[in-house]
Amino acid sequence: MLIKDGIRMDGRKPDELRPIKIEAGVLYRADGSCYLEWGGNKIMAAVYGPREALPRHIQDPTKAIVNARYNMASFSVEERKRPGPDRRSTEISKVTSEALESVIFTELFPRTTIDVCIEVLDAEAGTRCAGITAAAVALADAGIPMRDLPVACAAGKIDGTVVLDLSSEEDKEGEADLPVAIAPRNEEILLLQMDGHLTYKEFEEALDLAIKGCKEVAKLQRKALLNKYKTFEVE
Amino acid sequence: MDIPEVKRVSAVKRDHLARLAKEGKRPDGRGPDEYRPIKIERNVIKKAEGSARVKIGNTMVLAGIKLEVGEPYPDSPEEGAMSTSAELPPLASPEFEPGPPKPDAIELARVVDRGIRESKYIQLDKLCIEPGEKVWIVFIDLHVLDYDGNLFDACSLAASAALQKAVIPNERYGFGDNEPLPVTSPPVSCTFVKYEDFIVVDPNLDEEQIAQARFTVALDKNGDIRAMQKGLKGSFTIEEIKNNIKRAQIHAQKIRKLLEE
Repeated sequence: MLIKDGIRMDGRKPDELRPIKIEAGVLYRADGSCYLEWGGNKIMAAVYGPREALPRHIQDPTKAIVNARYNMASFSVEERKRPGPDRRSTEISKVTSEALESVIFTELFPRTTIDVCIEVLDAEAGTRCAGITAAAVALADAGIPMRDLPVACAAGKIDGTVVLDLSSEEDKEGEADLPVAIAPRNEEILLLQMDGHLTYKEFEEALDLAIKGCKEVAKLQRKALLNKYKTFEVE
Repeated sequence: MDIPEVKRVSAVKRDHLARLAKEGKRPDGRGPDEYRPIKIERNVIKKAEGSARVKIGNTMVLAGIKLEVGEPYPDSPEEGAMSTSAELPPLASPEFEPGPPKPDAIELARVVDRGIRESKYIQLDKLCIEPGEKVWIVFIDLHVLDYDGNLFDACSLAASAALQKAVIPNERYGFGDNEPLPVTSPPVSCTFVKYEDFIVVDPNLDEEQIAQARFTVALDKNGDIRAMQKGLKGSFTIEEIKNNIKRAQIHAQKIRKLLEE
């Protein structure tokens, strides 16, 4: 039993997010960075670039390459994870790179790479959405020109009810997970994955909910960026 | 194709540091025997059995401890085992590249490992579950988040702090209640670098980049030596090495107080 009388096991309503904390510009060496806590997830994201793409043969003379790397710390999960990429993190890195690239004005920086490093330090369901959300703030902190600030959030289904932002128990026991990343201004879908079982009607409902969640998270992203940069105001 | 690592330090910066060194000064205004501010935060990762985030100046590392049940080594059937690894992810520095650990990361992990192992900080003899069959294996994973020099001391301190409050996850394996990981007193590591015949403790990145030689010593609570490592292509005189150890004994006492707070 994951939901009873419209209340989930962690006390949330179906359309309620876990607590989220975002901080921009936390690393000294990185060009842009972000630390994000989302429920039990702790994510550090850093951006380097645009910088010369090396080796030269990978350079694209028409645009920058966006290269995101999603990596889990070995101590971030219950059973120690062997360091280094596995098939899951390689796939997440790929879809994350693609989602971010679609908002970046890559044509402004030919022959360069924009490297986005996402380190999952503590994991508790929904790390890819948390990673994209943190990466977007790090990109903005690095001053990378983008046509919108991407944001991600998942919806899912537990005990036949469509809910927002699955917890780790709901992810394991639930019937479906639908992570979505959007460009919030015009609601373009930048990333969409799904596994489980949804009817078409449930999908519509879950997508609406995920987008609503994204927009709520987007406000926190903007607040984190304003927080960092308001201290630079001339008094 | 592998790109050879190029340590680019501008001539201007090199000259500047050399000029300062002649006057006994450092680029960030510290004296030769001055650490940057040190900050230790424990239990920052819920999924880990122990964890600590350590900042030395702008350098930031995270140590996470995981315990697993495994087989003991044949030569120590009644003892637990430990394993230390370090990751230098591209997040932490523009020079770090993804991929399997490179010699730098392996040396770092091994030097941290030796300090802990040789000071018998983890009581491995208390980590036996079934002699010859099942013991606890302690994994110390060092995750560098921001690299501004002196990873040796930052990682060693993070590992020591994380182990200090780590637990044995008995519950996860159905062995009863969790209990504290049995530890004695931690090793404390001190690192020096030498450039222009100037030897300084706790090098920052600029100093590390022009350093000719590096020296790390791990000391136990009596100030006795438990591990040492000389690194880089330059050399120290015998007197310099002896002097480094004496300087380290003073620093280690102060750092140990931070661990005991």
